[in-house]
Amino acid sequence: MTIQLPVTTPLIELRHVTKTIGDGVETTLVRDISLAIEPGEFVAITGPSGSGKSSLLYLLGLLDAPTSGEVFMQGRPVPVDDEAQRARLRLKHLGFVFQFHFLLTEFTSLMNVMLPMRALGKISEAQMKDRALALLASLGLEAHAHKLPGQLSGGQRQRVAIARALANEPHVILADEPTGNLDSQSSEQVLGVLRRLVDETKRSIVMVTHDLGLAARADRQLRIVDGRISNDIT
Amino acid sequence: MRLVFDIAVTHIRSRLRQTLVGLMGVAMGVGFSVMMAALMEGSQRDFVSQLVDALPHITMSDERRDPPRQAAEDHYQVVAYSGLSTMATRPGIKNPYAIIASLDSWLDGAVAPSVQARAVIRYASRDTAANVTGIDPRREVSVSKLPQQLRGGTVGDLYRSSNAIILGDRLAQKIGARVGNTIAVVSGTGRVVSCTVVALVHSGVSQADETQAFTLIKTAQILAGQTGIVNAMRIRVTDVMQAMSVAERIEAQTGYKSVSWQEANEDLLSALQVRNFIMYTVVGAILLVASFGTYNIISTITHEKTRDIAILKSLGFTERTVRSIFLLEALMIGVAGTLAGWALGYALCGMLETIEFKSPFVDTTHLPLYYTPTHYLLAGLIALLASGIAGYLPARKAASVQPVEIIRGAS
Ligand SMILES: Nc1ncnc2c1ncn2[C@@H]1O[C@H](COP(=O)(O)OP(=O)(O)O)[C@@H](O)[C@H]1O
Ligand SMILES: [Mg+2]
Repeated sequence: MTIQLPVTTPLIELRHVTKTIGDGVETTLVRDISLAIEPGEFVAITGPSGSGKSSLLYLLGLLDAPTSGEVFMQGRPVPVDDEAQRARLRLKHLGFVFQFHFLLTEFTSLMNVMLPMRALGKISEAQMKDRALALLASLGLEAHAHKLPGQLSGGQRQRVAIARALANEPHVILADEPTGNLDSQSSEQVLGVLRRLVDETKRSIVMVTHDLGLAARADRQLRIVDGRISNDIT
Repeated sequence: MRLVFDIAVTHIRSRLRQTLVGLMGVAMGVGFSVMMAALMEGSQRDFVSQLVDALPHITMSDERRDPPRQAAEDHYQVVAYSGLSTMATRPGIKNPYAIIASLDSWLDGAVAPSVQARAVIRYASRDTAANVTGIDPRREVSVSKLPQQLRGGTVGDLYRSSNAIILGDRLAQKIGARVGNTIAVVSGTGRVVSCTVVALVHSGVSQADETQAFTLIKTAQILAGQTGIVNAMRIRVTDVMQAMSVAERIEAQTGYKSVSWQEANEDLLSALQVRNFIMYTVVGAILLVASFGTYNIISTITHEKTRDIAILKSLGFTERTVRSIFLLEALMIGVAGTLAGWALGYALCGMLETIEFKSPFVDTTHLPLYYTPTHYLLAGLIALLASGIAGYLPARKAASVQPVEIIRGAS
């Protein structure tokens, strides 16, 4: 069976991106990395602790601005130094899941999921609620919509965080060790959710993990060592 | 935005007690400011109106600001005068009734002539010095408060007997005279006039009540020893603030020194301005101190919510949105504090109003309070402005949090 590969523009593309920090003693977190994330791709980033995986993910997710190099979104250059512009692009096109759930603890699951929708303000409050409830249901959380994060288990919280990341139907989900704090059963469940997202909704996912078993389930594995891509297996 | 409001409310709810303390700070600031302003402006207005009421708005006297030419000057180059004797009598205002008629034609107010004479009042072998003012009762009604201050008679009673007199109540008490008694009034030149007491006057100012007496112009002229003389015109104007320019016009027209109440009380009025300056400084300081509480709360909340701020920013909230959350919190405290402060201020004013001041020399008085929406609006406006600044400073700092730094630190 031959697959007709469509000519696509990458959703996110880094060109010769370098990130250094510190004024006096400079530390290079990411060295001259060029990388394109294609639509419908599940990319796993692995590598030793402190190798720059998170830093790379922040650059891909426009959370941080590179010291040098360019970033493109769907072929268009991103004005990386314009914080407000990056914030707008994150809100519209990107979703994040972190190792720590990062939910607002005083808001219920439903309100947390509605947060990005309300910030964007594209649809009515009623539509937001319907969509948020549907998202929570699709992640098996219908019973927990009105609970506060403190009343949920780690795996459930992480799934609420995934639902929130999906709120504005982003092109790309960026996940930084999303299963880092979970037991194996919950990890399995979260990974299943992510995998299904790629397969069913053709979204792209970039996931940082140091669990090689989980990384193997991705479409593409990038290994980062000392701020550089040392291996790129598809 | 509803979202900003919802988040602000959760923050405030998480720090409810501290927020209430801050709110009370603003409320007390606004409350005391409103009370201070009401008291200061009230007492000032009271003071000015007493000034304005107690004295005629403009007094024209038989003096001139520049010395009149001496007859000798018309004939010789004069270097120095000597040997001119002092006039024994007052010059008086020339053609007083022509001046009155002319003033009546253009003046928005009223004019009344008067004659001043010093005398000693004697009754039942007791005597006391008095300032006798000769008045025209029909005109007096429209320039002074005398008619309202009378006890046991009216100004018209001066016409009742040929030489009627109204005495200050303390003066009457001093010599033991009552309404109906006949007293002897002795002029400076030794002339004695018997007068019937027809009423007593109580102005509330003891010094005046102890020395004042009123008669018809005719009687006072006899006491002064000058028939036909009028030595002052007392003028009341409808718009008291115009008194100064009206006085200038009268003086230009008649040549007689005309002093407005503002001129007569120049030093007092400038003291009032200093007082106002002090008041605004104190009110400003109160509100500034009150807003420190707000600054404190918003700072605390931004520190506590750094993680939330990082989350919101990572999701794509802009700095402006994050700033507006904390600014809104400060303004909510400011608005609630202002409303509570208005109520407090109103209540404090009400309480002050019930306090009575008793003094043996003047009538029992209450604190003069002046109510105006301006005080409330001004205090509210300054409080909101201060809250805005108190919120903006920590809000700006909070909004500049780099989400990456917080997220990296937490995971
Ligand atoms: N603010 C910082 N100051 C100093 N060193 C930092 C800072 N942020 C990151 N680093 C260092 O940069 C390197 C890369 O960090 P990171 O991207 O988080 O790696 P990884 O996610 O692969 O563990 C690490 O060695 C880390 O200690
Ligand atoms: Mg990391």
